[in-house]
Amino acid sequence: MATISDPQITVPPRREHPSVSQREYTARAVRTMGRRKVVNAIMVGLTWLAALVATLPLLFILFYLLKKGASSLSIGFFAQMPKPIGEEGGGMANAIVGTLILVATAMAIGVPVGVGAGLYLAEHRATKLATVVRFLSDVLNGLPSIVVGIFAWQFLVRPVGHFSALAGSVALAAMMIPMVTRTTEEMVRLVPTSLREAALALGYTRWRTSLTIVLRTAAAGIVTGALVAVARIAGETAPLFFTALGNQFMSTSLTQPIGALPLQIFNYAISPYESAHALAWAGAVVLIALVLVFSLAARLATRARFGNATD
Amino acid sequence: MRPTDLDVVDLSAWFGTQPAVRGVSVDFREREVAAIIGPSGCGKSTLLRCLNRMHETVPTARVEGAVLLHGTDIYGDGVSPIALRRHIGMVFQRPSPFPTMSIRDNVAAGLRVRGERISRAATDEIVERALRRSALWDEVKDRLRASALGLSGGQQQRLCIARALANEPEVLLLDEPTASLDPISTQKVEDLVYELRQEVTVVIVTHNMQQAARVSDRTAFMLGGELVEVAPTAKLFTAPSDDRTEAYITGRFG
Repeated sequence: MATISDPQITVPPRREHPSVSQREYTARAVRTMGRRKVVNAIMVGLTWLAALVATLPLLFILFYLLKKGASSLSIGFFAQMPKPIGEEGGGMANAIVGTLILVATAMAIGVPVGVGAGLYLAEHRATKLATVVRFLSDVLNGLPSIVVGIFAWQFLVRPVGHFSALAGSVALAAMMIPMVTRTTEEMVRLVPTSLREAALALGYTRWRTSLTIVLRTAAAGIVTGALVAVARIAGETAPLFFTALGNQFMSTSLTQPIGALPLQIFNYAISPYESAHALAWAGAVVLIALVLVFSLAARLATRARFGNATD
Repeated sequence: MRPTDLDVVDLSAWFGTQPAVRGVSVDFREREVAAIIGPSGCGKSTLLRCLNRMHETVPTARVEGAVLLHGTDIYGDGVSPIALRRHIGMVFQRPSPFPTMSIRDNVAAGLRVRGERISRAATDEIVERALRRSALWDEVKDRLRASALGLSGGQQQRLCIARALANEPEVLLLDEPTASLDPISTQKVEDLVYELRQEVTVVIVTHNMQQAARVSDRTAFMLGGELVEVAPTAKLFTAPSDDRTEAYITGRFG
């Protein structure tokens, strides 16, 4: 318990209060101040604990993945093709390239559509069409990924007669679009009306105001949202089963089946061979690292153009 | 009497079915500062926003009547509000520099949408001239490439004035330009308005009567969407001809 000699506690000067003696007043002040400090320490401790628990799963996963997969990570893992299953060694070059192609194509489709839709929803928020689109986009966002995969299969695989990277990308894009739409709408809404009016008063047209003033002001948030969406779809497995299928060989063609890290991880993980399991772990490490690179790229790309403008 | 620059003829404006301006007729003359005063909600800002067709950017807003700029009705057929706004600049109540642009790019923002290519050197020249006219040049000339958000509120507002001036407008509309500024910044903006009358017609909306008295040549008093009285500023504040004007300027309401 704190005492009057505790240098940390300063007793505030006494107010006039005839019924309380100086000694009693000081004692009360010390008691309440001491209690406040204790309560404060407990609360800070609790929030610290909550923060720790929130990050613990990620730390755990990273630690476990590195422990299991690091030994299989080598230059060969990135450069070599898979060996026949059961044989030692080999890499996932085809799957890494495949995932990059799938994600890049999905971005090329999903980001423009999502940003455009989000901009429309924000700038014409009260129209009937906007209300309907917003609702449908929320439904699409909640759609299980396997359903999206089946849909892509129905329209892009069955009519063509074979699986393709493009079908996989479309499935992934369909998952991205509602996420990008939502974040774009929210970010654009944060742009104050005064900026739009300022642009219009200078002789900007509406579309030019939207594109060069509003969208640019909201760009940092939109890019972050898009990359979060990319990070989420990069690890999707279910929609790729029916669309990209996977490929044991190196393929960069959008019209052919293509390998993907999540598919390869899945295939290796369910195989009975220890060496395949190790490669699956290594694949998981690479997948997470890829997502991490996306996130860091987002941070770098959107770092305020004027870092120390306020000097 | 100076020649008329902007002639408002029986102008009415609505938000939906709610009238905001009722049958106002007033003229603004070349190279003069006109102030519009009146209590909150009297329609003075709406009237101002009708002068560069900003009123119609609000959904459900409607305008009737005519505004003649050198004799041409800005609400007439074939007048593009986009082109019009380059001739009639506007500065708003809150400073609104574009946050993604540098100080220089903010001032040059209006030039970019003109359609014709303007060389870098020419742009620099226009930017410097606009910043000098808005009395900001000396304060920012060494950091033209820095963010406009690094400026103080008063500097940001003068930057917005420079941005409007870079378009070389014939008329400059100021909508309570000092409402969010401290007294020193306010004085700088007022000094600037006083200077600007040499080159451009200024219409300033303010609910600060002292400000109107300090900067304007003529003052218009509005009440309930109607124009009560317009007179040379000295006369309006000393010998108003309408009882309601007198009641307002002596602080009996509003």
